[in-house]
Amino acid sequence: MLSLLAAEGPSVPEVFDLVWLIPAIMASSFAFILFFAKRLKIQAHWIGIPAVTACFIFSLVIAANWIGYTHDVADSHSAESHSSDSKSEDGDHSDEEGVGASDESAAPFVNAEDVVVTQCGSDSHGDDHGDDHSDEGDHSDGEAFGAGETAMGADLELAVSEEGEEGHSSPCPVINEVTWFENGGSAAEGGSDIKIGTFVDGQSVMLLVVVTFISMLVHIYSTDYVNGDRRYTHYFAFLSLFTASMLFMVLSSSTIQLIVGWELVGVCSFALIGHWWEEKPNSDAALKAFLTNRVGDIGLLVGMIILYFAAGKTFSIATINEMAVSGEISQNTLLVAGLFLMGAVMSKSGQFVLHTWLPDAMAGPTPVSALIHAATMVVAGVYLIGRLYAVFFIGFGIDGGTLNAMALIGGITCAMAGLLAFVQNDIKKVLAYSTVSQLGYMVLALGVGAYTAAMFHLFTHAIFKACLFLGAGSVSHACHHSFDMKADMGGLRKYMPKTFWTFMIASGALAGMPPLAGFWSKDEILVGAGAFPGTGGNGTFTIPFIFGMAAAAMTAGYMTRVIWLTFFGDYRGDTTPHESGPRITTPLIILAIGSVFAGFLNVPKQLPLIGSKIGLTFEEWVEPAGVSTFPIIDHGKPSLGLAILATGFGMAAIVVVWQYYKKLYSIDRKATEYTSHWADKNGLLKAGHTMLVEKYYLDHLYTDTIAGGTKGPLARGTYWFNQNVLDGIVNTAGKSATVAGRFIYKYIDQGAIDGSVNGAGAGAASWGQALRRIQSGKVRSYASLMFGAAAMLAAVFIIAV
Amino acid sequence: MENAFLQDWGITLMVFLPLVGALIMMAIPGSREEDHKLVAFVTSIVTAAVGFWLVIDFWNLGKSEWANLHYTVDKNWISVIDARYLVAVDGISIPLIALTLLVVPLVLIYSWNHIPNPGNPKAFLMLILVLHTGMLGSFVAQDLVLFFVFFEVVLLPMYFMIGVWGGDDRLYASIKFFLYTLFGSALMLVSFLALYWVTGSETFTMQGLAAGVETNDVKLGTQVLIFGGMFLGFGIKVPMFPFHTWLPDAHTQAPTQGSVILAAVLLKLGTYGFIRIAIQILPEAAIEWAPWIGLLAVIGIIYGALGCLAQTDMKRLIAFSSVAHMGYVMLGIATLTDFGMNAAIFGMVAHGLITGMLFFIAGSVKDRYHTLEIKRLGGLLVQAPKMGWILGFCVMASLGLPGLAGFWGEFPAILAAYQPNGNLPVGLFRVYMVIAAIGTVLAAGYLLWLLQRTAFGTPSEEFEDDPEIHDMVLTEWIAWVPLLVLIVLFGFVPNIIFDLTDGAVTGFADAITDAAAGK
Repeated sequence: MLSLLAAEGPSVPEVFDLVWLIPAIMASSFAFILFFAKRLKIQAHWIGIPAVTACFIFSLVIAANWIGYTHDVADSHSAESHSSDSKSEDGDHSDEEGVGASDESAAPFVNAEDVVVTQCGSDSHGDDHGDDHSDEGDHSDGEAFGAGETAMGADLELAVSEEGEEGHSSPCPVINEVTWFENGGSAAEGGSDIKIGTFVDGQSVMLLVVVTFISMLVHIYSTDYVNGDRRYTHYFAFLSLFTASMLFMVLSSSTIQLIVGWELVGVCSFALIGHWWEEKPNSDAALKAFLTNRVGDIGLLVGMIILYFAAGKTFSIATINEMAVSGEISQNTLLVAGLFLMGAVMSKSGQFVLHTWLPDAMAGPTPVSALIHAATMVVAGVYLIGRLYAVFFIGFGIDGGTLNAMALIGGITCAMAGLLAFVQNDIKKVLAYSTVSQLGYMVLALGVGAYTAAMFHLFTHAIFKACLFLGAGSVSHACHHSFDMKADMGGLRKYMPKTFWTFMIASGALAGMPPLAGFWSKDEILVGAGAFPGTGGNGTFTIPFIFGMAAAAMTAGYMTRVIWLTFFGDYRGDTTPHESGPRITTPLIILAIGSVFAGFLNVPKQLPLIGSKIGLTFEEWVEPAGVSTFPIIDHGKPSLGLAILATGFGMAAIVVVWQYYKKLYSIDRKATEYTSHWADKNGLLKAGHTMLVEKYYLDHLYTDTIAGGTKGPLARGTYWFNQNVLDGIVNTAGKSATVAGRFIYKYIDQGAIDGSVNGAGAGAASWGQALRRIQSGKVRSYASLMFGAAAMLAAVFIIAV
Repeated sequence: MENAFLQDWGITLMVFLPLVGALIMMAIPGSREEDHKLVAFVTSIVTAAVGFWLVIDFWNLGKSEWANLHYTVDKNWISVIDARYLVAVDGISIPLIALTLLVVPLVLIYSWNHIPNPGNPKAFLMLILVLHTGMLGSFVAQDLVLFFVFFEVVLLPMYFMIGVWGGDDRLYASIKFFLYTLFGSALMLVSFLALYWVTGSETFTMQGLAAGVETNDVKLGTQVLIFGGMFLGFGIKVPMFPFHTWLPDAHTQAPTQGSVILAAVLLKLGTYGFIRIAIQILPEAAIEWAPWIGLLAVIGIIYGALGCLAQTDMKRLIAFSSVAHMGYVMLGIATLTDFGMNAAIFGMVAHGLITGMLFFIAGSVKDRYHTLEIKRLGGLLVQAPKMGWILGFCVMASLGLPGLAGFWGEFPAILAAYQPNGNLPVGLFRVYMVIAAIGTVLAAGYLLWLLQRTAFGTPSEEFEDDPEIHDMVLTEWIAWVPLLVLIVLFGFVPNIIFDLTDGAVTGFADAITDAAAGK
């Protein structure tokens, strides 16, 4: 039905129909490397790199098309809203929403001015399976969600409270789906139709580009970094499989497909963390990562199940979002589902209390840490929240709120992890805690309703954090594969200038120094919290804001520490460090350039000179504004005061930490016991320091108490129960049957019925005898006995009942 | 339309061909071992050819027909007790038949150079063929007496396989297996006979009895008691907690081939019986029993997983994992929903493929290391890398990784518990749902821990330079690759099975809904 309308509006670029090729190429690359690379004597990277490069180029094409499409839609909207007549002409839409096309009171969240909300097609809600489904059938061809090839369903003249900037109109997500399987008959028969497909919108396109880009650079980097590795082929095979799984997940059109991708990236992470599984700490880390994520997956499974039923037996992401926005799913249900899903977010995206696997995951090869455990996989949780943002936004009551579970978890995570980063001596662990902290930032941003800020931070963070990890790898390459900053580094700026400068730039970006990438994205998050005077936003989230500000200062502080320990002072290692080769430095340089310029994609419109031209382009491309699958969110107003304050905090932290280490290392060139200088003087400080070194004792709780308790006493107790109680009953029954049999034989019967009939286990005669007895016709008497007994029992039973 | 030849002879031929093969082998002297292997293998291949012809013909009938029984053959058998030779297949039995048809030839290929002690391939392979007939027969029988006969035919060959070709403790294990299962069967038979009398339908056909129960308005209390007998019979076979204790012993002691068949097919006779017989004939009693079955299922999930964590023997661990996995199958059945029962049948097939594979691997590890004691193993990936990776793959499949077959048995079963059918207590089943979801964590725990201790690390000194430890051999490749391919295929194309079962299962679920409404 809906496909009949949509006569106007820009047409969906046809290339979106082919987006499934991107994960498919990487999956083929995996299969080819795994099965044929060695046989054909092809070095694995000659398959992986062309595949991932092709995917990157294709992703850029998709992105360009998406951007073009966004502009077309925005243009057509502004044209439409200016001449309302053109609209009433196609006012005879035959679906129910069409009736209310120009009726202001038709939809919830109505407030003020003139924003057009596009109904992205809603007839596929599970609860009203009408006949109009039959013509949709098993379509496998391109269509924007529910609205046919040309997208755009009925437009609703809607009013939205939109302060500050002018709202823009985005296209509906473009969805291509095929039926995966049906259950309880087809949807038309009242069953549920479970689909698999691709979901192209700003968020997924952005991730496509990020994942393929970082993956490509990591592939190139790895050719040098893991050159000569004992499992070079497997390494590249899993890189391909990871990329394929991640892209598969990113493009999910249904929550069940998302679960599949979610777990597949987890397995790749497991395999790559445990890449050097000969050493037990590595396989321990791999197991820890997988199991911690499994704990979170309980939430993922249960949350998705709740949404499946709430949305009328459908896994469709678009439908779930749309029903959440329209209020067809109660806020309570959304809240419960959202809380369960937060469990999954906490484990995958390393949020506080389930973050402990992420630092351990650094046991894997460094390029893997850059790709999986910094830039891409760990943002899956953030991606999930964004994907189902309507569920979280409405469920947690973010609009007009002051605090909610998501903002709080994000806030606590960014601060707690920031503190932990100060006490690590392993450069990768500092970066790992930093990743945890930055992921906390993103979750915080989503928790305060700053969707675009979160996505933007995801984007910039992927670039500069990948640069930092790859830089750390380059440093360790120079220092005899050590990651210990205190023992084996120092003064490296003289030996490896390219690594040094790229690391500096990326650190600056991470620390939020203007005008590098992190400055813009972090600033947007702090603005979005709405607690700083004059920023507005969705509510006044004071506590998350304070955590965020504290973390901003900490970030600058611990990165200064890393830079000092690694690149300044005197070299403390034993070997002669050297700059890495071009296959390592080129990706670093590319990423450093990205760290400088990525932030300009989303500068405020108010920024002098460039703001009016390129301000908020990222938001235009990525944020689905004015569509029925996305909640209506407010944007905070940028504040110069806040920017200065946050930067000032960061600067102050840099100066303090810099002075501290400079002084410390001028006293003692090999100062490893630096704690003696301050922590011993104060009991409280010392306790705090110990607490940090022990990582808040969470590992003790998880590994020793919970896992150990389950594996040890609980499992052993259960097994004891099994062997002695349950099996004891069975054996006793068997034995007493034997005894009874003997008794009957001895005293009652002279041999017609033999003890062997009941000769269970224990006291039975030797095997040979038993066999002979059965062969000599006992089976028949056995069978007849059984049938007779059964018949008697049945008779008793019938009379009794 | 069904092919005319298959309509008349397809099922019968498929079921009894293995017996013919066994008879031929009887005529060949035991010393000609190679001939026996060949005859047994050819028999299984011919059976598979006929069987898959039937499966493909069934497939071609089209989705709308899969809900109904086809290739029905209905003849008088034992007229005194109204027992009929009534065989037919529908979408529920086809996947399990296909699984059986696939697994048995693979087992026979594997047997080519893996005949367990004390040898005697003639007897060993004949038993497998007899078993084959029993298993196929159980999945096609539509008459309770016929079903019972096939169900029991399965018992003896497995008893001998464990008792003669088993491990050190084979005597105890085989007798325990035999008597325990027989005990359940006896009660099941009581139920069958009771059904016959209370309905007064003068028939043992399943559909006749189902109609009889409905038209005669059999009292609910009676139905519940009759269901109880079946519950014990099928529940022991599954096996459900707390009737599972025969399973770890039988599995551990059985030769590899026995374990594979036991895990892949035999356990499914129980779960299949629940759907095909207990629920179909007694939907009202099923509603009464479902909360209890669900309870035992989730206890089994957690209990089996904890039992696994305590194991020190690789094979026994895999055996214990069946208790947990079949818990998901039973939970799916207990929800009485279409999705739940679809998941249950999917879970049966997936468990058959995956756990069958795990037992194959355990057998091959034992051949090489002569022990399955976990703490003595380690570094399999170093000494036999390909086998190590396959173990890793199967572990992932077994823990229910999405994208592999195991997931589709597990997740939908958990999902179905959110909203059970037939006015079952929703709150209770949601508790089951969460417990079952927690079980997935434990499953990952014991399986990955197994993988870490056996495959990762470096080989212990004891086995470091053992020349007997080598990577995969040809028969292993041939026997395993089809299973591995199917695990991936069903993982990504689950509708192969879901489409087959959906129609028939939806019919059963609707009957439950009607029964609940009529109460």
